[in-house]
Amino acid sequence: MKIRKLNMSKEQIRQVLKEHGKFSAGIDALTDDADLYEAGMTSHASVNVMLALEDAFDLEFPDRMLKRSVFESINTIHAAIEELTV
Amino acid sequence: MDTSSPLRQAAALVAREFAAPHAHVVDQEARFPIEAINALKREKLLSAYVPVELGGAGAGLTELVDIVEILARECASTAMIFAMHQIQVITLVRHAAGNPWYVNYLRELVEHQYLIASVTSEVGVGGEMRRSNCAVEVEGQRFRLVKDATTISYGAQADDLLVTARRNPDAANSDQSLVLVRKADYMLEQKGGWDTMGMRGTCSPPFLMTSSGDAAQIIDMPFGDMSAQTVVPVSHLLWGGCWMGCAAAAVNKARAFVRGQARANPGSVPPTALRLAELVSMMQSLRTSVQACLTEYEALSAADDAAVGTLTSMAYSLKMNNLKVDATQALPMIVSKALSICGILGYKNDSKFSMSRHLRDAHSAAIMVGNDRILATNANLLLVLKDD
Repeated sequence: MKIRKLNMSKEQIRQVLKEHGKFSAGIDALTDDADLYEAGMTSHASVNVMLALEDAFDLEFPDRMLKRSVFESINTIHAAIEELTV
Repeated sequence: MDTSSPLRQAAALVAREFAAPHAHVVDQEARFPIEAINALKREKLLSAYVPVELGGAGAGLTELVDIVEILARECASTAMIFAMHQIQVITLVRHAAGNPWYVNYLRELVEHQYLIASVTSEVGVGGEMRRSNCAVEVEGQRFRLVKDATTISYGAQADDLLVTARRNPDAANSDQSLVLVRKADYMLEQKGGWDTMGMRGTCSPPFLMTSSGDAAQIIDMPFGDMSAQTVVPVSHLLWGGCWMGCAAAAVNKARAFVRGQARANPGSVPPTALRLAELVSMMQSLRTSVQACLTEYEALSAADDAAVGTLTSMAYSLKMNNLKVDATQALPMIVSKALSICGILGYKNDSKFSMSRHLRDAHSAAIMVGNDRILATNANLLLVLKDD
């Protein structure tokens, strides 16, 4: 059950990234720990990703989480969301 | 400002003996301030930030900001060139000192006092530092890099260049590397002129750069990380020194003017003294905001978590962007007010109270690295920042 939930939220994160990350290539090939900034996510696009994640997961990232390292991969984003939802 | 250290004294000597006497001609002819830059080299000030173990003076950022201000009081172009060079040196010291090629380079820089120019702007992306079109092409141990730069400050006078480019030909625009290219390994074709309102001595025309080098010259750390931790905050702080010096030069002319009026008529306070009181308060606000950010940055960048902590946060970007916007809005207002105090003697180009150069230099602050772009970035950040 736990694993299913985890996969589901990572899938949702991927969906948000797909819609708002403005990646030049598709993100399907990216692993969960691939560097999103290296894959072409700009600071500007990362703000849209944050807004869409806040909407999709019905949460607010506090300012302390709004930094590069928190949004650098699907795994780090997932960890941040976990921290805010437990 | 603390003026007592040997480096600050050396800077004061350069400012007085080599920058001030030529500042007018440098401005008039839009020519490189060669006398002042050569003097900075003789005093070994170009390597001031290089750690002592590599032969440098091991100066801190605060000392460099003071030096920039000391120079800017006499010649803002000289100060800006010095500031831009130091941004490059600081970036190398902080982020490339683990690379043997760069350790060797920094030692050489101390010995030969190389002047490093920055090549970030590019046709197609303009001045947006965090995007590149050009890419590093590595073949075996060598790389090749061609960049069509919209501006390279003192490009024709620099020794070496520090260039941003996409990490490889397949990389995204924002996936950038930083690469130092050596004088013997690059060619610059000047594509335009540099006849501007102010900061004329920085000689910053567009160039087409063709270069090659050893793959070891490609710094490992992604440029995005260096940019957030070092390049952006250090730029705004060193430029802050330049704005303070330029403002102080204008304010000091206004002070001298008012004192002159007071001496001519002892016993009555001249009406301009009230405007001067307002002006000095504006100057103090500018100084306070630069100093506060400088003190905070020195602490944050020395902390163990500098690579992942506050420096990399959006809240900190917002703050440094605000420093840039506030300081560069304040500067032309300060100089304009100084001009209104000096009146016709400030307006005349051949008077010792002339404000022309200061005013023209001051206007560069909000335009080169445009405030609107910085405000647009902040507008975007504020969509998610909460001040919680």
